[in-house]
Amino acid sequence: MPESATERIMPVKVRIPTPLRKLTHDEEIVHVAAATVGAAIAELQSRYPGIKERLTDEAGRVRRFVNVYVNEEDIRFLQNQDTVLRDGDEMTIIPAIAGG
Amino acid sequence: MEKHAGFMKALKCRECGREYPLTANHVCEFDFGPLEVVYDYERIKQTLTRAAIQTRPKSMWRFRELLPVAGDPTVGLEVGCTPLIKADRLARRLGIRELWIKNDAINYPTLSFKDRVVSVALSRARELGFTTVACASTGNLANSVAANAASAGFKAYVFIPADLEQGKVINSLIYGATVIGIKGQYDEVNRLCAEIAGKYPWAFVNVNMRPYYAEGSKSMGFEIVEQLGWRVPPNTVICMASGSLLTKIHKSYQEAIKLGLAPASHYRIHGAQATGCSPISTAQKAGLDFFKPVKPNTIAKSLAIGTPADGFYALKVMKETNGRSDDVTDDQIREGIKLLAETEGIFAETAGGVTVGVAKKLIASGAIPSDDAAVLCITGNGLKTLDAVAGHAGYTREIKPSLREFESLLDAETRAPVHA
Repeated sequence: MPESATERIMPVKVRIPTPLRKLTHDEEIVHVAAATVGAAIAELQSRYPGIKERLTDEAGRVRRFVNVYVNEEDIRFLQNQDTVLRDGDEMTIIPAIAGG
Repeated sequence: MEKHAGFMKALKCRECGREYPLTANHVCEFDFGPLEVVYDYERIKQTLTRAAIQTRPKSMWRFRELLPVAGDPTVGLEVGCTPLIKADRLARRLGIRELWIKNDAINYPTLSFKDRVVSVALSRARELGFTTVACASTGNLANSVAANAASAGFKAYVFIPADLEQGKVINSLIYGATVIGIKGQYDEVNRLCAEIAGKYPWAFVNVNMRPYYAEGSKSMGFEIVEQLGWRVPPNTVICMASGSLLTKIHKSYQEAIKLGLAPASHYRIHGAQATGCSPISTAQKAGLDFFKPVKPNTIAKSLAIGTPADGFYALKVMKETNGRSDDVTDDQIREGIKLLAETEGIFAETAGGVTVGVAKKLIASGAIPSDDAAVLCITGNGLKTLDAVAGHAGYTREIKPSLREFESLLDAETRAPVHA
């Protein structure tokens, strides 16, 4: 995160699931400054090239086996990638295939 | 990687086909698709014949070649081979020529189909060197993990929604498992467990062990095929939570045909949900191949999964087999439970009420032809969900120990039947 940034930035904690940690150099938690979920994914991509295509399909939609949560709520119950992120929010990426 | 992997070849992503070693891993790291066990069917064909199966002990493990363990199973050797009942009285009530009940309400040891998946998952967990097992559960799985872990000597953590039926909570605690009640819905339990599974070296049966675990459900289908005299039923009605059981019963029919255990035939797989949690049936009825997650609100708590992991695949199976889906209200679920109990003497849990209620609708609408045959899969026992039917099951006539009182009661009821 650019420390010099004086404009309003929103440090959001992103939890990276095991299958993606090779891309984040084994980091489980990374911080991004982004106003929406979509912008957070874009920032992840600029720092960890290749991560976006793992999370979204050709049309830019979140892949069907990827679940994204903001503060423990599934973004499909919020505004999907337009979901607004605020200072201190936590965004969690989790494989959808579990349970049952 | 083990040198000896039994009849398994690899784990393979259902989405992109990438292959992975046979470890505790459920997700393709490229597209997050589910991993599935690949078998060596050529080798299986050499040993798995009708004749061979019929000489084996009566448990789900008589289909051992098609269950994903490397060596001999070590957990749940008595599981499965539950009765397939010809349900003539229920058939008449539902208006269908031939009806069968596959009764996993009396599966061993914890009275639900989950004993099948757990026996596979724990046998495989031991092979992979785990000493602690865990699960995210709507109740039945928690019971089965707790019991089977106790008898096999694993430490167990089970995670459930905190508001589960008392019967299901006590049925986990009694075996000494650590029971963690999450203040939230099952989908939230599941999300938490996916996070925990990434952090602790545990065999989470339905997270990192899911490729092995889910295969255990196939045994219910193999048994149906064998019990029907080696044929696949033309209609099977299966309740859906994650949709995994439905996809695996379909797979068991495909494998039985592929291996020559049953002749090829057209069959339809139908899915049942509760109206209060019906993401899959709603999508099927609308002709969609994707579902919209929901927030569950139903007495069928064992089916209350709003974001079903296998929802896409369940929809695909129903589409490919020309099956249908429907859902029933809480009142219809209770009616389904009572109907099954009053006609066949089987007390199913709420999920069974869902299956019976939906079968009734599908037969009435002609989706299942009345001159056809159908199997209903009953997956859990009514004694565990007494809360759901308490106050709806009728009432006790209380009298003094007096013949006069008894006779006047009989007389009153004969003249004017009393309803609770």
